[in-house]
Amino acid sequence: MKKLINDPDDVVDEMLDGMVAAYPDRVRRLDGTNVLVRADAPVDGKVGVVSGGGSGHEPTHAGYLGEGMLDGAAAGEVFTSPTADELEEMIAAADSGEGVLMVVKNYEGDVMNFETAGEMVEMEGAEVAEVVVNDDVAVEDSLYTSGRRGVCGTILVHKAAGAKAAEGAALEEVQRVAQKVVDNVGTMGMALTSCVTPEKGEPTFDLGEDEIELGIGIHGEPGVERTDIMDADAITEELTETVLDDLDLDEGQEVVTIVNGMGGTPQMELFVVNRKLQEMLGDHGLETWDAWVGDYMTSLDMMGCSITVCAVDDELKELLGAPADTPALTVR
Amino acid sequence: MSDEGAAVVAAVQAVAERLEAERTHLTDLDSAIGDADHGGNMARGWKAAAEEVAALDDPDPATVVKTAGKKLLSEVGGASGPLYGGSLVFASPELEDGITAETAVAFAETYLEKVQDRGDARVGDKTMVDALVPAVHTFKKSVETDDLPPVEALAKAVAAAERGVDFTVPIRASKGRASYLGWRSVGHQDPGATSTLYILEELLAAAEEQLDVAETPPVDATSPTIPDGEEAAED
Repeated sequence: MKKLINDPDDVVDEMLDGMVAAYPDRVRRLDGTNVLVRADAPVDGKVGVVSGGGSGHEPTHAGYLGEGMLDGAAAGEVFTSPTADELEEMIAAADSGEGVLMVVKNYEGDVMNFETAGEMVEMEGAEVAEVVVNDDVAVEDSLYTSGRRGVCGTILVHKAAGAKAAEGAALEEVQRVAQKVVDNVGTMGMALTSCVTPEKGEPTFDLGEDEIELGIGIHGEPGVERTDIMDADAITEELTETVLDDLDLDEGQEVVTIVNGMGGTPQMELFVVNRKLQEMLGDHGLETWDAWVGDYMTSLDMMGCSITVCAVDDELKELLGAPADTPALTVR
Repeated sequence: MSDEGAAVVAAVQAVAERLEAERTHLTDLDSAIGDADHGGNMARGWKAAAEEVAALDDPDPATVVKTAGKKLLSEVGGASGPLYGGSLVFASPELEDGITAETAVAFAETYLEKVQDRGDARVGDKTMVDALVPAVHTFKKSVETDDLPPVEALAKAVAAAERGVDFTVPIRASKGRASYLGWRSVGHQDPGATSTLYILEELLAAAEEQLDVAETPPVDATSPTIPDGEEAAED
């Protein structure tokens, strides 16, 4: 499989240098680590909001570094948790003395490394809180997880927590709104093709020319069902119904939606999916307050998409609509 | 102080050599029910840890253990980094006053507590906890109730860990990567419990060596000079 890389071992390192070169006034790299932080971190008087995870999901997480979102983003190797020592450095670098919220996607390695790092920082006297995102409604317990996996809903957590922190709110308030998003969001994804990791150079899993996988994870880990290819409307129905079943929202509820590309799917197709998604929400009596379409949390070059629905109240609307200025997401 | 520190450095080195020797065996065990990286990750991590602690200048035992733990965190990564390495870091303060039967028990208990907190695993889940729990409980009981000398207590702990490893074979995994296999994990020995046993065995060997060096044949439990044996227990 053709890849635009040099040595597979250098991909993460070279990507991070390239990101810093692209946004030198916005982000900087902590020496000797795979951690990027806001150029002006730690921001005085503000709670730090940090995240991280395996690489291969760009623009997650470093793309969301900046005003109104993240203060630190740690990159692990491809699809591998960052290590606790690097997370510890990130947390310390994001802490202005007001404490730090760790936004963690629910994968065993990520959770253990973040919690270890958090505890080490606490031993030094810093204040740390954690929120674990588990929005994937497709599967309970999977290859890398006990419980549900954390996927694209994480971006809404970054946005809400980042906005709350930017207001100057205390750590427990920032944690509260982050948890509020987690409690109200659901996501389900699907793959048309497998991703290809730089290391392996060939598809992670076999999917026939006429097959798709529903409920796919963002590392290519198995979903709930492998089925014959369907058209976009049928796939959208399948994903949306599963998410809405899980959320069980009241009629008239306002929602934010994300149609997220897995990395290899053109925007044209994502908009086709969004068209059907919005039509279905109307049929369910739900009101779309905002609809995001794009590549927010990818799985390398996988073709496919995920659909995220998050119920919002006045508080979440204000936070999700608040200004953000990051490489991957700008809200004015 | 420095003698104890040196003994712990030697123990870390012994563990590194053992895990290198068992690398393929651990990877084979992990291939059956995991992702086939346990042998490589542990061998690489402990080698790096051994090099790191060897470079310390006249360290005390707590510093050696903490340094080794931090290196494991960065080199082993995944879930094993926090479990094997993070727990060493958090338990290391127990050895700040040196290694005695009492501090060794405290170290072992804190180590176990951290492993269980982080991994949320109990006995019977088919994890390293199945070796660690009986080892730590046996060590504590042998020291506190049976008044055994620390090295003898550690030998009993190793025997308990060995039975714990055997216990992982017939049971179904309910934590960790292997839990994804459900009943298909039955019949396979847990790699994490196995590497934990190897670590304990090397700590015992190191403790026995210290005893020989110290030329104190009949050690009694009140003797504070059984250096890293105990501390080994914890790992």
